[in-house]
Amino acid sequence: MNLLFLIGAPLLTALAVLLARSKQQVRWISLAGPTVQLAMAFALFYFFRREKAAGNTSQVLFEQNHKLFEALNINFHFGVDGIAVAMILLTSFVLIAGVLVSWNVEKMTKEFYFLLILLALGAYGFFISLDLFIMFFFLEISVIPKYLLIGIWGSGKKEYAANKLALMLMGGSALILVGILGLYFLGGNSFDMLKLAKTNIPENLQQILFPLLFVGFGVFTALFPLHTWVPDGHSSAPTAGSMFLAGISMKLGGYGALRVATYLLPEGAKQYADIIIILSAIAILYGAFATMMQKDLKYINAYSSVSHVGFSLLGIGMLTQTAFTGALMQMVSHGVMTALFFAVIGMIYDRTHTRMVAEMGGLMKVMPFITTVFFIVGLCSLGLPGLSGFVAEMTVFVGSWENADAFHRIATIAAAMSIVVTAVYILRAIGRTAMGPITNESHLQLGDARWNEKLAAIILVAGILAIGIAPGWLNDLLQPAAAEIMNRIAGK
Amino acid sequence: MPNATTIALIPLLPFAGFVLLGLFGRKYVKNYAGLIGTALLLVSAALAFYTAYDYFFVAGKVNGVYQQLNPMKITWLAFSQNLSIDLGLTVDPISVMMLVVVTLVSLMVHIYSLGYMKGEKRFSTYYAFLGLFTFSMLGLVLSSNIFQIYIFWELVGVSSFLLIGFYYNKPSAVAASKKAFIVTRFADLGFLIGILILSNQAGTLDFHQMIATLTSPESNAVKNAAASSFLGLSAITWGAALVFIGGAGKSAMFPLHIWLPDAMEGPTPVSALIHAATMVVAGVYLVARMFPVFSITVPAVLEIIAWVGAISAIFAAIIACTQTDIKRVLAYSTMSQIGFMMFALGVSKYGGEAGLGYTASMFHLFTHAMFKALLFLGAGAVIHYVHSNDMQDMGGLRKKMPITHITFLLACLAIAGVPPFAGFFSKEEILLAAYHGNTAIYWIALITSGLTAFYMFRLYFSIFWSKPSGANSHRHSADDHHHGEGGFAMMLPLVILGAGAVFAGFIPFGEFVSTDGKPLASHFHLMFSIAPVALGLTGIAIAWVLYKKQNSKPDKLAASLSGLYKSSYNKFYIDEIYLFVTKKVLFNLIGRPAAWFDRNIVDGFVNLTGNTTVLISEKIKKFQSGKVQLYAIAFLAGVIVLTVLFIYVL
Repeated sequence: MNLLFLIGAPLLTALAVLLARSKQQVRWISLAGPTVQLAMAFALFYFFRREKAAGNTSQVLFEQNHKLFEALNINFHFGVDGIAVAMILLTSFVLIAGVLVSWNVEKMTKEFYFLLILLALGAYGFFISLDLFIMFFFLEISVIPKYLLIGIWGSGKKEYAANKLALMLMGGSALILVGILGLYFLGGNSFDMLKLAKTNIPENLQQILFPLLFVGFGVFTALFPLHTWVPDGHSSAPTAGSMFLAGISMKLGGYGALRVATYLLPEGAKQYADIIIILSAIAILYGAFATMMQKDLKYINAYSSVSHVGFSLLGIGMLTQTAFTGALMQMVSHGVMTALFFAVIGMIYDRTHTRMVAEMGGLMKVMPFITTVFFIVGLCSLGLPGLSGFVAEMTVFVGSWENADAFHRIATIAAAMSIVVTAVYILRAIGRTAMGPITNESHLQLGDARWNEKLAAIILVAGILAIGIAPGWLNDLLQPAAAEIMNRIAGK
Repeated sequence: MPNATTIALIPLLPFAGFVLLGLFGRKYVKNYAGLIGTALLLVSAALAFYTAYDYFFVAGKVNGVYQQLNPMKITWLAFSQNLSIDLGLTVDPISVMMLVVVTLVSLMVHIYSLGYMKGEKRFSTYYAFLGLFTFSMLGLVLSSNIFQIYIFWELVGVSSFLLIGFYYNKPSAVAASKKAFIVTRFADLGFLIGILILSNQAGTLDFHQMIATLTSPESNAVKNAAASSFLGLSAITWGAALVFIGGAGKSAMFPLHIWLPDAMEGPTPVSALIHAATMVVAGVYLVARMFPVFSITVPAVLEIIAWVGAISAIFAAIIACTQTDIKRVLAYSTMSQIGFMMFALGVSKYGGEAGLGYTASMFHLFTHAMFKALLFLGAGAVIHYVHSNDMQDMGGLRKKMPITHITFLLACLAIAGVPPFAGFFSKEEILLAAYHGNTAIYWIALITSGLTAFYMFRLYFSIFWSKPSGANSHRHSADDHHHGEGGFAMMLPLVILGAGAVFAGFIPFGEFVSTDGKPLASHFHLMFSIAPVALGLTGIAIAWVLYKKQNSKPDKLAASLSGLYKSSYNKFYIDEIYLFVTKKVLFNLIGRPAAWFDRNIVDGFVNLTGNTTVLISEKIKKFQSGKVQLYAIAFLAGVIVLTVLFIYVL
């Protein structure tokens, strides 16, 4: 399969959106494009599995390499491993759901969809890149549209939030750029990840480069204490913006932290692993406790994201194969789950015009579909078996437990404690909004989900169930890639 | 030989019901939802009974021992070479017995609900949830992998949550459902960490291998146990104790019991199924499943289990004596009876005659499921009739509800341990095991037996004899003849379970269930039975005196024991302690500061960085004003400064 399709399709969709004449045309084009992309992601998954089943053991598949700028040795070098395939699937799921829930955006519809699809383009490009320079380029593509999405279509303190998000992510990008340049010069003037993985960078230099890259990517994935763009950014962003931000953008960071920082600089990772563990354990627990006190549904999910994403970082810090697999699973799982969570919050907000938990009650009576989905996503968040969150968290726990010393044990137990706190805040939120008597008379007139919202929810719920009920396929994708990273750590 | 497909169908049929009714119930099959659910469960129950027959009588013993079979195993999630979560089936005496119990009680509740829940708006949702619960519970029972049991453990928890909160517009039901989930979740955290420890020690998640490794004195895990100690206890001890915490939470053992009485907010048939007969005994089942590890490797933990069970038994019995909500009386009674099962395991040893406690515990689990489900269903019929949960609103119902009355009486006799009803046999075995195992616990158990008879007959006399005394009692005096005591659907389960309460005790349980699979002879010592039976009869007699006719004696008695009465009536203030911890400590001391810290310190720092940058650039932007005069002045000033520097300083 030619990976260029994955960039080509969103590019063409974005152009077609610009050429569209009416809002209705824009909408249908924007739905058609992501549908094709979803199909392509499935095709990629299918072909990837077929190749692997046929005994292809190369680290990346469907590789292609085109020279771009010979003087600096920058190439369009593309290829995917299991992690990338999983992330591409995630992106296509979130994208199509995002398009569907935004169906009723009336303000500058064309520009809105254009930016949304541009974001996806950035994400696809990022995941298939093997050249760090190109990867960085795509990372930046996925930052700028967010600034506009929040600034124009957002709500509340949107300018403040847009600035904060863009500046903090740019700060992260700056660190990443310095790190990448360091790799370039130390690794024999190459941006190529596969080549860099074979060069041995001296340990003392790894110790300087690793924090640059890890913290840089960490900003994207809400590494404590650089997570504060998350609550503000999410709460001000339009629904699809939040879905993308939490569902995909945060995963770009997680992917980079593992695939670039940890994989290319194993000695650095070992050096800083304990600090990563401490920070992520803090993020997990502290994020959960902070969530407990939030009153706004979006803030609840934003803080809960800080807590959940902490599991990804914890898994990376644990430096075992199973923990890596778990970290990656958590990225995929959290991506689908949080997108669904924001979608549901958006649906509720569209109807009640409030996101304050205290101003709602008994919504199950008037919107059974939406609240049922709310239940499902809430239960996924608190790690109910059969839904994706459980699989990911348990894999992280089992992987973490392979480290036999007291430090790792205590960190794991601390992280595990969050499952109780998560249950508290999720059940509080659901109990107050969906259950109980209807507190606001005017809510009796509200309607349930429309077709586009139902479709979006069903797609994402299907994703959650596919991981939760039969996690084998995801495990098969991620484990060999995690093993590859582990081999670098173990120095093989 | 038990066949994998047959056994797999037992849990899968109710699951099919859940999916079917959950997806299409509201719109398409609304009116038939109950019948579909019940029909599926009928098949499931038939298969379970067939499996039991097949396992115990056709396949039978091999070399005098019932074998543990694992007819199916699917790898669900492989962490590494050895460590994987498998979905498998375990067929051994206790799992087969549980299959029978769960499907039987569930079937009874399905049938009963056809009448009880009739006219409910979310009728199909109710049956969908019942299906989900039955599936999860059967999956739990059949688990062959410790992570598999955890998976189904959580699933029964969530079904319980959904069913307790079924009447979701009642705030008290919502609060109760949250409480049940969160308290058991807290216990499950212990279970999870216990699983991590034990699987790490044993190097496997498979029950069979894990038990084999952890009980063999040659295995490295056991040999090195001392080396891996933490706070003076070995890793295996910690692991087993933490696993037990999970069991204690689910089985509502002191002090994790607070969710159970509140769980009575759910529909009454649900209480009968989940909070009396099946889910709440999951903790007992878990300990029984891992019994060899507890008894051979970590007897200290088993000692704790015994004491937790005994304390819960008497503690709950004391509270049950003063409650006036009939479902709450039954809830505390359940907790007390589970305490019996728990300490029976605790005083038991592994192998031969010393394993009597284990057999007795499973026996009591079996008989208790019958009579407690019956009590709840009977209570449901009464509540249906009176429209109140309070025993003060009831009285003199024996003529109006004859079938309910007789079956309820049978169940009361069974739980009070009056021969020859079911509870007598199982309780005698437990007492005997305690007598040989731990004398202090024996005495506690004996007193609790007396209390049990007293509070059950207090309940019985208040409902069916006496007269209503409560404020709402007028409600049903005039217009209560519109409906009888419930239709055929509600009476049939009462009669079937009533038969169970009478005859279940005659099953020679030791033949089938024992620690090592070898049959255990039944024990009857007439002399031994005198004390508990006499105590039971005394309890009944006191209840008869106090509650048969309305009188002022109970109030006087309560007044004379005011301190104890008040504490018991207020459930020894355990709820208040929890409330204090959660509200004051979790929310105010941890949650609020964390949220504040994040907004003001962490984010404050980010904003400070941003503001400082702005501030600095505000200051220095004047240098770039574009006014040539200013530049000229600056230029001149610079020249002067440099000149001065060069001349005087250098």
